[in-house]
Amino acid sequence: MSHSVALQLATVGFEVSVWAQVIVSFLIFFVVFNMIPMVLLVERKVLGRFQGRYGPNRVGPFGMFQPLVDIAKLASKEDFIPRNASKMIFIIAPVISLFTAIATIAILPFGNTVEDGLFGANYTLYGIDVSIGVLYAFAFGAIAFYGLMLGGWASGSKYSFLGAMRSAAQLISYELAAGLSLVGVIMMSGTLSMTEIVNKQDGTWFIIPQFVGFLVFLVAAFAETNRAPFDLVEADAELVAGYQTEYGGIRFAAFMLAEYMNMIVLSGIGVTMFLGGWHGPGPDWLGPIWVLVKIFILLLFFMWIRATLPRLRYDQLMSFGWKILIPLATINLMVTAVLVVYA
Amino acid sequence: MVRVNRPPVDTPPDVTPKDPLGIHYRDREKSITLESLTEQIERQREARRRERPDGYSVTSQAETEVHTETELLTMNIGPHHPATHGVLRLLTTLEGEVVKSAAPLIGYVHTGIEKNCEDKSYWKVIPLIERMDYVSYYFNALGYCMSVEKLLDEEVPERAQWLRVIHLEMCRIHSHMVWLGTSALDLGAISMFWYCFRERDNILDLFEMSSGQRMHTRFIQIGGVADDIPLGFADKLRAWVKQMPGRVDQFADLLDKNEIFLQRMKNIGAVSEERLLELGVTGPLLRATGNPWDLRKAAPYSSYDKFDFKIPVGTVGDNYDRYKVRLMEIYESCKIIEQALDGLPEGPWITDNRKVALPPRHELATSMEALIHHFKLVTEGIRVPEGEVYVPIESPRGELGCFVRSDGSSKPARVHMREPSFVNLQSLSDMVNDTYLADMIATLAMLDPILGGIDR
Repeated sequence: MSHSVALQLATVGFEVSVWAQVIVSFLIFFVVFNMIPMVLLVERKVLGRFQGRYGPNRVGPFGMFQPLVDIAKLASKEDFIPRNASKMIFIIAPVISLFTAIATIAILPFGNTVEDGLFGANYTLYGIDVSIGVLYAFAFGAIAFYGLMLGGWASGSKYSFLGAMRSAAQLISYELAAGLSLVGVIMMSGTLSMTEIVNKQDGTWFIIPQFVGFLVFLVAAFAETNRAPFDLVEADAELVAGYQTEYGGIRFAAFMLAEYMNMIVLSGIGVTMFLGGWHGPGPDWLGPIWVLVKIFILLLFFMWIRATLPRLRYDQLMSFGWKILIPLATINLMVTAVLVVYA
Repeated sequence: MVRVNRPPVDTPPDVTPKDPLGIHYRDREKSITLESLTEQIERQREARRRERPDGYSVTSQAETEVHTETELLTMNIGPHHPATHGVLRLLTTLEGEVVKSAAPLIGYVHTGIEKNCEDKSYWKVIPLIERMDYVSYYFNALGYCMSVEKLLDEEVPERAQWLRVIHLEMCRIHSHMVWLGTSALDLGAISMFWYCFRERDNILDLFEMSSGQRMHTRFIQIGGVADDIPLGFADKLRAWVKQMPGRVDQFADLLDKNEIFLQRMKNIGAVSEERLLELGVTGPLLRATGNPWDLRKAAPYSSYDKFDFKIPVGTVGDNYDRYKVRLMEIYESCKIIEQALDGLPEGPWITDNRKVALPPRHELATSMEALIHHFKLVTEGIRVPEGEVYVPIESPRGELGCFVRSDGSSKPARVHMREPSFVNLQSLSDMVNDTYLADMIATLAMLDPILGGIDR
């Protein structure tokens, strides 16, 4: 019918109500976007506790409004562009980063299809279920690095330049490992569709048969999101702030938002592929909550690692990616292939 | 990036490309673009050629060769940079991520302390000189006070010497805590910073208890110390010194058992003992190579010969050894403090020579002579006989020597410090050449330079 044309990509067995689907899409964006200030605050609180201090506790109860005033402060700053920057690219770069991060939310499944749900509408608890599944996320992840690279290159600063070089190298090494680590899951479930993969985990989550894949994915996710101990791109001791050295105000905020959005999205992919997505004890309507809870657990793990580990060196990062992670992922892949065919 | 082409001229001007590292650093630092050095050199020559008096003009379309064999990136790290531990500027030349040369440029916090000392009477110099190396202030004060005592030929009471040792070793631990925290931060282990500064704060609390000040305490005086330790100080110090080795164990657990940390530290920035001796490097940097040179043992001062402690040494002198030597020194310092607390002798804490030290407050009310001494000391200061001395002591960073020359007046004619940070810093380029940029930051952290001491 006419109003289902826009949702051709969604492989659902019934006709969704477009108005309901639009509301769901906005709701998903709203929830995920509003997780960022929460994650910012929780990270600062958790890091503070790890380091024997309180973290923000001045603005609002328990410092709850700290992210808001931070963003307000950044938004009210001077819109500064360095003299020897390439203006156009300098302006576009944070937009690319933010856009790609937000675009990836679309494929995160927060729940299954709902038939005759609230107000008798049919809708799906995800943006789209593309047939290329997780490749969509990696495609946008690859574009996201253009944001970093162009931003670093266009700043006209040497620190930014080196940061951009590092980000390019990191992209090549760790996209591969992350991709390979997920192929095992895809082979076991026999589909690329994110919702189908979650459905296949009704009994056992893929973290159990694909534990090695999960580990490789987790490590690669740290590198993909430029988080410690792989935060070489913005290593403050060496490169001041890496590619974002020359950025200030709302552009800097855009980069930060993109970074945290990427963290949430990659945690979401990890939850979907390995941790059983919306499956969990309790009634079906708890599904989206379970997804959020699992995402938050992964995010807490990100924070824990940041508080503990020192940073790798550039060449160590490269050799770790190429000599350990990729062979490990490949072996995992081959073992999975043999088991899938013969078992 | 503009590629400038060389014109086909019959008598080419001086265009042989030089080794970019052979160029004086003042010329190298002019590079503010990402052009390769060879290109910059070419461009400068091009500009010079345009101005040739024979009127020969250059067409930029002329087809020539372009030098692309060397692509070096000159980068100013500092003076404002998160990793330089103050306002140090490193003019580095990078090939990719590898450091090809690093020249430390100093002088950004030059405050003229040495010159100012010449304008102040002897006892007013102490608070000034404490602010040189602002992390190990007790050592600055001790170096200066010992020089003046030597000029005065003044005997320091034993209790004062032991109190000095207690505070010096506390200050050594304090300095190492600051070093460990900031170094770990440079390596990316952010939590370490807070753990170390928590311990440092405990030490500062103790300093505050004994002298009323947290930093720059002015506790060490000419002829002794400012005051006896207050009631309860010994117990508090004993409690602290008991738990300190356990805390250091925890730090070592966090760092030493971390593969990333070990890979970042081991076999990085090693320089041979001979080279370090040539450069005049002392302190933990020298001891990391296996040379047990420590002035507390080699030329004991302030009763250090009465304590039982060891000098930790390393083996190969890489960053890991430097780290380990300093960490082990904390354990030894704790031992010294415990021994000093156990055997603290009774007696006066400052000399009773009224020409050097102020009389006790209560005497002023009863003794005319005491009042006169007080008046003379406060207004004029100590008169020191003519002569010059050099007294070296072991600061947390190496040999801290104080040179004082007196012309017989109440103000020093010259005060000069041999700052270990300053001397040690010149070994940086030997350590970091052909290592990675991140290694240079780690090596600089292990060098532990304090810019207040370097620039003075």
